[in-house]
Amino acid sequence: MSPDKMVYMANQIATFFKSQKEADRVQNVAAHISDFWEPRMRAQLKAYIAGGGAGLDPLVLAAAEQVPEAHLEENVS
Amino acid sequence: MKDFIIPTKDMDMGTPARQGAPVTLKVDGFDVTVPEGTSVMRAAAELGMQIPKLCASDNLEAFGSCRLCVVEIEGRRGTPASCTTPVADGMVVHTQSEKVKRIRKGVMELYISDHPLDCLTCSANGDCELQDMAGAVGLRDQRYEAGRNHYDTSGAGMLAAGDIRARAPQGDMGNPDYIPVDDSNPYFTYDPAKCIVCNRCVRACEEVQGTFALTIEGRGFDSRVSAGAAGDDFMASDCVSCGACVQACPTATLQEKSVIEMGTPERSVITTCAYCGVGCSFKAELNGDQLVRMVPYKHGKANRGHSCVKGRFAYGYANHKDRILSPMIRERIDAPWQEVSWDEALSFAAQRMRGLQETYGRKSIGVITSSRCTNEETYLVQKLARNVFGNNNTDTCARVCHSPTGYGLGQTFGTSAGTQDFDSVEETDVIILIGANPTDAHPVFASRMKKRLRAGAKMIVVDPRRIDLVRSAHVEASHHLPLRPGTNVAVVTALAHVIVTEGLMDQDFIRERCDWDEFQHYAEFVSEARHSPEATAMLTGVDPAELRAAARLFATGGNGAIYYGLGVTEHSQGSTTVMGIANLAMLTGNIGRRGVGVNPLRGQNNVQGSCDMGSFPHELPGYRHVKGEATREVFEKIWGTRIDPEPGLRIPNMLDAAVDGTFKGLYCQGEDILQSDPDTKHVAAGLAAMECVIVHDLFLNETANYAHVFLPGSTFLEKDGTFTNAERRINRVRRVMAPLNGYADWEVTQLLANAMGGDWHYTHPAQIMDEIASTTPSFAGVDYALLEEKGSVQWPCNEEHPGGTPLMHVDGFVRGKGRFIVTEYVATDEKTGPRFPLLLTTGRILSQYNVGAQTRRTENSVWHDQDMLEIHPHDAEVRGVNDGDWVKLASRAGETTLRARITDRVSTGVVYTTFHHPDTQANVITTDFSDWATNCPEYKVTAVQISPSNGPTEWQEDYAEQAAQARRILPAAE
Repeated sequence: MSPDKMVYMANQIATFFKSQKEADRVQNVAAHISDFWEPRMRAQLKAYIAGGGAGLDPLVLAAAEQVPEAHLEENVS
Repeated sequence: MKDFIIPTKDMDMGTPARQGAPVTLKVDGFDVTVPEGTSVMRAAAELGMQIPKLCASDNLEAFGSCRLCVVEIEGRRGTPASCTTPVADGMVVHTQSEKVKRIRKGVMELYISDHPLDCLTCSANGDCELQDMAGAVGLRDQRYEAGRNHYDTSGAGMLAAGDIRARAPQGDMGNPDYIPVDDSNPYFTYDPAKCIVCNRCVRACEEVQGTFALTIEGRGFDSRVSAGAAGDDFMASDCVSCGACVQACPTATLQEKSVIEMGTPERSVITTCAYCGVGCSFKAELNGDQLVRMVPYKHGKANRGHSCVKGRFAYGYANHKDRILSPMIRERIDAPWQEVSWDEALSFAAQRMRGLQETYGRKSIGVITSSRCTNEETYLVQKLARNVFGNNNTDTCARVCHSPTGYGLGQTFGTSAGTQDFDSVEETDVIILIGANPTDAHPVFASRMKKRLRAGAKMIVVDPRRIDLVRSAHVEASHHLPLRPGTNVAVVTALAHVIVTEGLMDQDFIRERCDWDEFQHYAEFVSEARHSPEATAMLTGVDPAELRAAARLFATGGNGAIYYGLGVTEHSQGSTTVMGIANLAMLTGNIGRRGVGVNPLRGQNNVQGSCDMGSFPHELPGYRHVKGEATREVFEKIWGTRIDPEPGLRIPNMLDAAVDGTFKGLYCQGEDILQSDPDTKHVAAGLAAMECVIVHDLFLNETANYAHVFLPGSTFLEKDGTFTNAERRINRVRRVMAPLNGYADWEVTQLLANAMGGDWHYTHPAQIMDEIASTTPSFAGVDYALLEEKGSVQWPCNEEHPGGTPLMHVDGFVRGKGRFIVTEYVATDEKTGPRFPLLLTTGRILSQYNVGAQTRRTENSVWHDQDMLEIHPHDAEVRGVNDGDWVKLASRAGETTLRARITDRVSTGVVYTTFHHPDTQANVITTDFSDWATNCPEYKVTAVQISPSNGPTEWQEDYAEQAAQARRILPAAE
C-alpha cells in the first residue's frame, strides 16, 4: 500500500475517535488497528513511524505504541 | 390463483385472511369458526369447500363481479355473493341449493357465449379456472346464437379458432370488436380475445404490486383490460413486469410465453430466488428437468406470494450460450484458455497455490466468498482459507456494500443484523428511508411498503435523487430531504438535534434500555447549535424547515421504522451514519417491537448469510473475532488445524498487497471484483500482479480476464443449500435440475480443498449446515429437518429461541445496554472544484442486477440495454448536452463515456448512473476513498465533470480489446 494511502486510512480512524470521549481515544484507535489491520499493514505502519511518521495524526502515533508487534510469518515448509 | 398442480395447503381461499373475534356459522350443515370479518367464501374454504368463483382470489380484496359465488343464507333475501358477504354468528349458509346452482349455470353460459372454445389448443389448457368452473357448475350446453363477440377475427360466431379460419366468409370485413394479441412484453402475452373482465389483473397491479399500470377501459360490452393510456401496449405502459397480473389471470389472457412454448409444467419444487436480499420463495415449475416458469410461492414468508421481473422471469441466463461448462486453465493471462478435465484444472490450481505459499509465504494467497452463493458454500470457502491455506485472507463482497452495517450496529446494539422481519412494516406508522431505492433494488418489499403507505403510513425520504417512493401512483412522501451526496452524517445528526432539543425523545426507553452516561454525552453533543438543521443547511442543501418537520413526524408519529441501503454505507463515513441511524431509533424508542426497528436492505441474496458465515478476515462464523482463543478452539477441534489469531486482508488490502508483491494468489467464487469494485484501474493492476487467479463462476466475467484457472459454477437451480435474507431468514435453496457443469459449487470448493490436502468428506450440504450449527451459537438449532418443517427460520435459532427470532432486542439489546455514539460529521476528501464541479452518485435499476452478469443475459435488457447518465437540465444546458447525447464522464480516477438522460430527478450539481454494463464501467470513475472503519468504498460520492463526446474513450476501447483477447478459448485436445 502506498504510504500516502496508509497515512490517510490511519488518520481517518483517528479522526473518528477524536470525536469520542477523550479518555478512551488512544486505546480505541490502537484496538481498531489491532483488530482490523493485517500484520503486514501494521508492520508497514510501525516501520513508517520508525522512519519519522510524517503526516500521521498525533493520536495515531500515540496509539501505534499500543498496537502489538506484527509477527510476519515464515514460509510454510 | 391457478391451482392445477397445487397441493391442498396451496388451495386458494377466495378472500384474504382476517383477524378478529371468533364467529361461528354453519355452511352446508357443518359448523365452522372463523375470525370476524372473514367472508362466507373463505369460511366455506376453511371447511375444504370451494364455492365456484372467477373474480375472487385470496391475495386480493373481494370484488363481487363474477356472480358465480352466489349462495343462499337462511333468513336473508336473494342470493348474495359469498366473497363480499362477511360471516355472522349463527348464520346458516347453503352453497349448493337448486337456486344457486341454476344461477351459476346461467352465469357460466353467458361467460362462455363470448369465449372461444378452442380449449384443447389453448395455452391455459389444464390451467384454466374458466374451464374448471364450467366443469364445476356442470355446464353442458351453450344456447346463445352467434353474435357480437371479442374473439373471432372474422365475426363468424361461436366457433373454435381453426373453424373460424376454415369457414371465414369471402370478403370478410373482420370483427371490429376483436383486438389482436399484445406480445410486446418479452415474458408474457395479453390476448384480449380470452379476457372475461374479472378485474383480477387490474386489482393485482394495484393491491399487490402497487403500480396501477392497468385499468378496465370502456363500459359494458366494450370493457377491456388496458395497459397505460390509449395506444400504449404493455411495454409502453408503466408496467414493471412483476408478473402479478399473469399469476392472477384465471384464463390464458395473460400467459407466460414460456408456458405457451413449452406447455403446462408437471411438477414443482419450492426454492429461493437468487437475486436481491428480499429472498423471495418461488415454486420452480418444471417438465422433467426443463424449467417452465418460476411462480412466487404464496407461503413464502419474505414475499407472501409476490415477485418482481428478475425473480419471476429473468432465469434464462442459466442456459445462456455464454455459460462455461468445462474447466479451463492457462499459463499466462495473455494466452488463450485451454479446456481441460476437472482433475487437471484442480491439480494445476492446487500446485500453483501451494507453490506460491512456498515461495511467498503462507499469507500470500486468499479467497473471496460470494454473497450469491449459499451459506454452505460460503462457509466452505472461508474454511478453505482458514483450514487449508492456514490464514485469514477471506473477504466477501459485503466489504463493498454492508460492512459498515456490521460495524455500526455491532457497536451500538451488539449484533450485525436488521432488527425486524418484513411483515413488521404492516404495523409501521412512519418510515424513514435513507439511501435506498426499494422499488428498483428490493421491488417485492417496496410493494409491501407501498401497500402500507396507501393504508396511511407516512414516509420520509432522505436521498439526493427523487426516487419513485417520493411520488408515484397513490404514494407521496411527507418529506423528501434531497441532501448533497456525502452529508448523511450531518443530516442524521440534525434530525437527532431536533428530537433532543425539542424534548421529543423517549426518555423512559432510554433510561431503561440504554447506557445513560453515553446518552448524556451524546445528547450534549447533538444539542450543540452547530448541528441544527439551520446551521447544517449550507452543507447538506436540505431545507431546515422540512428537516425539522421530518424529525418531529418521526419522533411523534407512532411506530417509526428506519430502512436504509447502500446510500448510507458506501461513504467515507458509512459506519458513522449507521451508528447515527441506530442512535435515532434508540432516541425515539423505536426498537424491540413490531412496526419499528433498524432495517438494512441487503443488496444481494445472501449478503447477510455470507457475513454470518465468517467471510470477513477478522471474524469466524457468528461474528466472533479470530483473536478469541475459545472461538478458535471450537473450530480447531473439528478441523484439526491451527487457526491464525491475526486478522487477514480485506479485499482492498489484498489488491494493495498484490501491487506491493506480497499477495499472489486468489480463489474468487461468484464475484466479479473487476466490474463491481471501485477504481477499476487499481483492481486491474492488483489482479495483473497476481500469479494465480482462480475464478469460479458461471461466465467468463470481467475478473476472469485476469484469471489463470476457470472453474465452472452451477446456478441456484442446480444445487441444494440455504440463503439468508435481509430479515435474517434462512430459506432453503433446492436443486431442481442436475448441474450442467457437473458439480454444485460446494463440491467444487471441496475438490479444490482436497487437491490441496484438505481431506474433506461432505456428501450433502445438510452436513455442512450441521457443522455450522455445531460451531455457531446463533445457528445452533438450525438443520435441514427444521427448515423442511417450518419452511424458513430467522436466526438466532437455538435453545433459547427454538423457533427462530422474528424481532431482535425485544427485552434488551444483545450487547446489554444500547450504546449512543457521538457522530461528528467529517466532510469527505472527495471534493468538487473547478475541474470536477459535479457529484456523481450510483445506483441500480429494476430490470438489471448488480454487474448484470445474470440479467444482461436475459430479455430484461429490453428495459435497460445501457447505463445512462442522469443530469439536471441546467447542468446539461451549460455544457451543451442534449438528451441522448454521448457524454464523457471524467473524475480524478478515470474517464468513460455513456449517453445522457436529462431529468430533474437529480438536483443541480448531482449526476447519477447505474453500473450494470461492463462497457460503461462506471467504476473506472469511482475513487479508492473508503469508510474509515471498514474500508467499504465510497461509491456514492465522486467529483466529476461532464462534456460532450463522440464515442467511447481510449480506455474503453483498450479495455474491450483486452477483454476480447483474454476470452479466447482453444478447443479441448482430442
